[in-house]
Amino acid sequence: MTDADIIVVGAGPAGSCAAIAAARSGKRVVLIERGPFPGSKNMYGGVIYPRILDELIPHWFETAPIQRWVVRRSTMVLSDTGALNIDYRSNAWGQAPYNGATAYRPDFDNWISQQAVAAGADLICSTTVTGLLRDDQGRVCGVTTDRPDGNLTASVVIACDGVNSFLAKQAGLYPNADADNYTLGVKETLSLSKHIIDERFGVRDNQGVDIEILGGTSGVNGGGFIYTNLDTIAVGVVLKLSKLSAQKKRPEDIIAELKRHPAIAPLVEGGQVVEYSAHLIPEAGLEMMPKMVADGLLIAGDAAALCLAAGIWLEGVNFAMASGMYAGQSASAAIDAGNVSAASLKSYTNRLNETFVLQDHKKLRKIPHLVLSDRVQHKYPAFVTGVVERMFRVDNPTPKPGVRRIVREERKKAGIKLSELVRDALTGLKGFG
Amino acid sequence: MTIWPDISFQDRIDTSEFRIHERAHITVNDDSCRGCTTRECIVACPANLFVPTSDGGILFNYENCYECGTCYLVCNKEGAITWTYPEGGFGIVFHRT
Repeated sequence: MTDADIIVVGAGPAGSCAAIAAARSGKRVVLIERGPFPGSKNMYGGVIYPRILDELIPHWFETAPIQRWVVRRSTMVLSDTGALNIDYRSNAWGQAPYNGATAYRPDFDNWISQQAVAAGADLICSTTVTGLLRDDQGRVCGVTTDRPDGNLTASVVIACDGVNSFLAKQAGLYPNADADNYTLGVKETLSLSKHIIDERFGVRDNQGVDIEILGGTSGVNGGGFIYTNLDTIAVGVVLKLSKLSAQKKRPEDIIAELKRHPAIAPLVEGGQVVEYSAHLIPEAGLEMMPKMVADGLLIAGDAAALCLAAGIWLEGVNFAMASGMYAGQSASAAIDAGNVSAASLKSYTNRLNETFVLQDHKKLRKIPHLVLSDRVQHKYPAFVTGVVERMFRVDNPTPKPGVRRIVREERKKAGIKLSELVRDALTGLKGFG
Repeated sequence: MTIWPDISFQDRIDTSEFRIHERAHITVNDDSCRGCTTRECIVACPANLFVPTSDGGILFNYENCYECGTCYLVCNKEGAITWTYPEGGFGIVFHRT
């Protein structure tokens, strides 16, 4: 008899949802977390879209440790001195059924792991999984850990061990661990009073703001973000690994420069750093995804590169929760059928293909690379802000120039060929569907 | 003009909690580093843990590591960085409220 029916490695959003789904279908589940508590290793760039939880945790919004509900979603383009901000507000997003929320990951991930415990999973913290156990046929049948006598056997292992997923790599499912596919996220959490945050960002009560930024990353391909918690704000940057080292810029200096930008400084002024944090992001989407199924093994969440970094859409926790849930369900169904081979577990990838998890990634497959491309990063911000600056600058007594002329002149000034603009626009139009 | 409190790098790192185990979970093979001219790790590590030495090597401090994985991904010297997670319960601990 195995130690468990299903071992889930990593109690982040993917792992805990896998554990909830599997425990609900009557399986013996062990959920292993290497941190002292779930969420202690985890950080992100801002917003959770939790409605996928409706299936596993009805009325999740009554107990989830949310900081603020995002009612203002902004996309900002920064040149050296200018800023174009596209800002959408809907107070309805601050009420059920809700849309996005900000939360501290140590709070949120710990909460969701407690739902797994309530469903019957055994949660073991402070335990690092060091490898996979295989039977004489080479099928995965458990894990090794850093505990004395710490081997644990199971019918199925679900690896939710995060962006570095050494389990997926050890299983040979990850041929493309290329630095070009990853970005580094670094973040400062700044303390400010709730009153100041409310006034500065134009919100009340538990309403929050999420600002995603193109430009402002000191010439390193990437992006920035600012979002509000209840009495802190988070400011950070996401940096393409290969460009970061090539540009000889340090991550914390890039945050400092973003904070000095004339459009950003008034938002972050006076905020004392209460936490600095860093984490990798699997940025390249479909282009980097591993095989997610092997005999006795499923991969979910960041471990499967299920993170959507598509410019105007930046999501990850929802993809983690969904893929974890489907992995837990598929593993349980395979055990019930008495067959945990890769062929039997393939119901997992079928499910991902039928739902937003892979459909969004397929639709947007060209967008992550487009957004991080040199032209979008280094030429378009100056072009776009240049056009807007001239449209709204009143040069009386000179009459207004035509918009077409402004666009043409600013495009040339930014060094963008018409053919390049057309090509990128077509890629964008096709990619965004 | 400083419009927010200045923070030294050490103060920045000190905002994070690190539970330090006696085993170094990341080790650097200094011999490989001596032939390296690009030294991506030095600039990319968000905790600034890779320090060049006067004799052309690299000194690495594992204690304040965020366990992000940047160093082994940017390193182009096969075998220069050996990377594992710390023992369970150790390493970076982000804050609960």
